[in-house]
Amino acid sequence: MKSSMLNQLTISELAAKLAKREVSAREAMQSCLDQIQRVDGKIHAFISHDDRDALTQADAADKLLSQGGRGASHPLLGVPVAVKDVLAVKNQPLNCGSKILGKFISPYDATVVEKLKAAGAIVFGRLNMDEFAMGSSTENSAFGITRNPWDAERIPGGSSGGSAAAVAADECLAALGTDTGGSIRQPAALCGCVGLKPTYGRVSRYGLVAFASSLDQIGTFTKNVRDTATMLGVIAGDDARDSTSVPQPVPDYGAALTGDVRGLKLGLPKEYMIGGLEAEVKAAVDAAVKQFERLGAEIVEISLPHTDYAVATYYIIATAEASANLARFDGIRYGARVDGNDPVELYSRTRGAGFGPEVKRRVILGTYVLSSGYYDAYYLRAQKVRTLIRGDFLKAFEKVDAIVTPTSPTAAFKIGEKSDDPLQMYLSDIFTISCNLAGICGISVPCGFTKSPKLPIGLQLLGKPFGEETLLKIARAYEMNTAWHKQRPVLPA
Amino acid sequence: MAAPEIDIKYVAHLARLSLSPDEEKKLGAQLDGILGYIEKLKELDVAGVEPTAHAVPMVNVTRADEIHPSLPHDDALRNAPAKANGLFIVPKIVE
Repeated sequence: MKSSMLNQLTISELAAKLAKREVSAREAMQSCLDQIQRVDGKIHAFISHDDRDALTQADAADKLLSQGGRGASHPLLGVPVAVKDVLAVKNQPLNCGSKILGKFISPYDATVVEKLKAAGAIVFGRLNMDEFAMGSSTENSAFGITRNPWDAERIPGGSSGGSAAAVAADECLAALGTDTGGSIRQPAALCGCVGLKPTYGRVSRYGLVAFASSLDQIGTFTKNVRDTATMLGVIAGDDARDSTSVPQPVPDYGAALTGDVRGLKLGLPKEYMIGGLEAEVKAAVDAAVKQFERLGAEIVEISLPHTDYAVATYYIIATAEASANLARFDGIRYGARVDGNDPVELYSRTRGAGFGPEVKRRVILGTYVLSSGYYDAYYLRAQKVRTLIRGDFLKAFEKVDAIVTPTSPTAAFKIGEKSDDPLQMYLSDIFTISCNLAGICGISVPCGFTKSPKLPIGLQLLGKPFGEETLLKIARAYEMNTAWHKQRPVLPA
Repeated sequence: MAAPEIDIKYVAHLARLSLSPDEEKKLGAQLDGILGYIEKLKELDVAGVEPTAHAVPMVNVTRADEIHPSLPHDDALRNAPAKANGLFIVPKIVE
């Protein structure tokens, strides 16, 4: 294979070639950088990338490889993995898609970054995102939009739009993103790659700039489910530095990829196949369900009765938590500063100048629902509804092993189509949002395309808390019997 | 059931967020719309339901009170907009 095409490989394919010394890590990294040079002027998945640092890491990987590599202890040795701009990488910029962090340079690595590096990965790049992870289209970035590699007039999804686009466009072999209400799964669906949100507590949030602390989770973008299993095995695990990470042992996720789903029960929530669901999306999901039946799984109709309340619940809880988490951006210890005659004026002017409109919207809403006189009616009530939503899922999981849904009600919409109507934008998260509220795991895999224009459609699987093995098994079985995930967008040469 | 109208000036002050009059107007209208949608949560009977603060079955996660290395002083100051003598410079707080 030409070294110029190494960026098109999957993690397992590249790892095999590197282990056999057929190619070098430097060639693989250079191939990604060349692709970025070719396509990213248009797509703009990356806010920035430090090529010299990336190639230095590649050379270090080559040195280890020439000494015999490290085998199983370095499953990502020499693999280029890019990172959403919300995760701390030591000595690299950290902006969260916002102006307010100014020229911030991270003084330490996030735990997931430490783990990726320890596994031998080349961790590079700052991937574009909606500001502070607030958005579903990557139109809220202070650094410009990202375009969907399948259709440059459309959004890639959000908030991890850069991560999804970079993987779909073969600019890296995998990427990290974050998911608070669907921000990994939805862009993965819209860009035609595999996006996993692990169970809350499965992956340490140390070094992740917090948006909503009870909902955020770091997860993966890959080209196939096998690579998802490899990446999850590296980043999962409890961490003394994140008191919300759970001391659940990390299993061998690769061992779950048997492809055998006979006897597994898949739940189809009757509330999800509703109006607003695009006909082609419904058809693709229906076809996927039939495929599962052919593979020996049993389809069971279930009910998630509080589905209709999920978006409202989320936009109270997430904004409330965000208003608290973003209070730290005050111009004092880091980031941009606009001076004032007293601290309050300094804070207000700094935040007024540094935050974009969507962030302001959510901070104000969150402050309001927590404020005296409104806390009980909004925040406390939302937390109770959250209990009901979680209850729906736990009850369903007594009957089924996983739940099948569309990831997004539509394929990628046009740039600017929903940006004037925040509520419309919020409602498009209807299928992904409950997963974060309930604290369960979810994955989106490619399951088809719309006819014209050709846009990816995603299938979502939701699993029990710490049920990633079953989720990956089911996703892998689907992938082994379909070829959607192998298709790539046609990109400018 | 109509939602109470948001007092945007007051909430913006609580959030330490300065807004232009244009922003106040636009945001105010958008937020009133969103709050109108959120009113639907009042349809539900939540009597006797415990609130879920977060979905993980863990409480009071602490460690032993031992000194461990933490972020070095210089690293902590590196990104400061204004610093001197190993300290962050802030506007006068007390007259």
